[in-house]
Amino acid sequence: MRIKEHPILGKPPEKRTIEFTCDGKIIIGLEGEPIAMALEAAGILIHRYTKKHHQPRGVFCAIGRCTDCVMVVNGQPNVRTCITPLEAGMKVQTQYGVSAKDR
Amino acid sequence: MKRYDLIIIGAGPAGLSAAIEAAKRGVKVIVFDENAKPGGQLFKQIHKFFGSKEHKAKIRGFKIGEELLQEANHYGVEVVLNAIVAGLYLDKEITVQIGDEILHYKGDAIIVATGASENMVPFAGWTLPGVIGAGAAQTMMNLHSIKPGNRVLMLGSGNVGLVVSFQLMQAGCEVVALVDAAPKVGGYGVHASKVARCGVPFYLSHTIIKAEGEEFVTGVTLGEVNSSWQIIPGTEKHFAVDTICLAVGLSPMSQLLSMAGCQMQDTPGGFVPVCAESGETSISGIFAAGDVSGIEEASSAMIEGRISGLAAAEYLGFITGEELAGLSKELEKALQCLREGMFAPENRGQTIAKTDEGIEVSHTLLKKGYVDESEILRFPGIAKASGIHPVIECTQNIPCNPCQDVCPKKCIKIGDKMTALPAIDPERECSGCGLCVASCPGQAIFLVNEEYEPGLASITIPYEFLPLPVAGDKGKALDRKGKEVSLAEVTTVRTAKAFDQTNLLTIKVPADAAMKVRFFRSLEAEPWVK
Repeated sequence: MRIKEHPILGKPPEKRTIEFTCDGKIIIGLEGEPIAMALEAAGILIHRYTKKHHQPRGVFCAIGRCTDCVMVVNGQPNVRTCITPLEAGMKVQTQYGVSAKDR
Repeated sequence: MKRYDLIIIGAGPAGLSAAIEAAKRGVKVIVFDENAKPGGQLFKQIHKFFGSKEHKAKIRGFKIGEELLQEANHYGVEVVLNAIVAGLYLDKEITVQIGDEILHYKGDAIIVATGASENMVPFAGWTLPGVIGAGAAQTMMNLHSIKPGNRVLMLGSGNVGLVVSFQLMQAGCEVVALVDAAPKVGGYGVHASKVARCGVPFYLSHTIIKAEGEEFVTGVTLGEVNSSWQIIPGTEKHFAVDTICLAVGLSPMSQLLSMAGCQMQDTPGGFVPVCAESGETSISGIFAAGDVSGIEEASSAMIEGRISGLAAAEYLGFITGEELAGLSKELEKALQCLREGMFAPENRGQTIAKTDEGIEVSHTLLKKGYVDESEILRFPGIAKASGIHPVIECTQNIPCNPCQDVCPKKCIKIGDKMTALPAIDPERECSGCGLCVASCPGQAIFLVNEEYEPGLASITIPYEFLPLPVAGDKGKALDRKGKEVSLAEVTTVRTAKAFDQTNLLTIKVPADAAMKVRFFRSLEAEPWVK
């Protein structure tokens, strides 16, 4: 959910809207925002499943420390989505263990 | 290998302040930071800071961040971003990861200002998506304009938990409960009170038993804990929430100092280097500044940074020992001011029964987050007066004095010791300008006029929510715990540049509610309830 207007910060700075995909689904995000924020705005909370116990993980620290939010981005696994800027056409996939499901 | 006079690790409040002071003295300085933007956590701090003028009190954290960046640019400080310092070695050499490369730098002096990381507390389900750190919540809402959730439970009643709870409501989230295993509120009472008056219930001596949900958080179960931190059976409470926010303390990120071989010590504030007053560690020429040397506020970090920057300049021969002593004197005094009062480092974990003035501390404030009406009258900020007058519900000795500075009529007295409780001078007449209300970082000042109209009192409250009510709006007048006392009508809404986004809402309520009502909720628009 995006904050449209904030009592202290006002309206968020305008950014270009762009399309990217998450597990094949087209999603609209804002250029340059962290991938995780675009997913959060789209209601996607699960970023990966752990290898052994298949447990869901999502954003936890949001500053690139905890690595819980890693996903497969443009084919590369373990990308910290909370600090990686979103680009048009990015292919984001839920990570299972250390790879995307279709591998 | 590149060489610099001074290498600073971390471009947060401490690191930037250090860089500014060193650069001012002609030191060739470089700052590395692992983040994409400088400023550390300052840009997430949207509340007004405590302290006095020299600590930039009543200025919001992100604005202090902007000032700091401007100053750093002005003095030509070189900041390298997205640069992870991976090692600090003998002879003050560092390795820095930038992209896929590891680069090698050497400094003649090093300042480590790496800050702190959030602590976590494990419970069943704590790894579920929807369980986040309080810092994550701040990052999402204050930097990226994303609501972390709709219904949030906050664990931790320290200043971070309190401030972030308030910020969550400002972002439009509902905070369903504020929980802490400790038996008393850990942070400033004024921060707690501004959360409590919005109707957030406090559960002290409670902790999370489990986060509920299969794929993400759908609820949370709490339980009361006894004096040995064990859950008391039968005390379980359930809340439907989509987000659980953890604000359970910070730990210094002192790994680089430890790696360099600095003498370390385990303290209640974390694993920190043994430092001299200048921030110099046991290795001469290696300094520590900010949270890495012990958890405090950003205000303290900035002063520590300035001191260590000067000390490094002296170590490198750019200023003399005498110059250093002269320049640090004022800074050390300012730093000492922030370390006084009830929340001083040496009082950590202590229960303080009385204020410096000998007044018994409010019991409900520590248990429920607000000062009960029966307790409020004993504090010096509350004085009966005819006509409009300020009511200052500031009941703990904390280092803060903007109210005294801004009052053009000199109605408010704190004195030279800035931790003293603000007192009303009954001889002076309040003009009702509202500057004190807007300047109080704790939002603890109200203007009350018991004789507004026959049978009606007016109350002016600080208001930082959207939508902003307009004159004529009807709503509920809430008391200090957020409970409805009466109906209220908004008489005026004042906004001014000098108020810096804190709006002054004046409402009229029945005269007998004048000392009860401390918040307003409009009937048609309840900001955090859908």
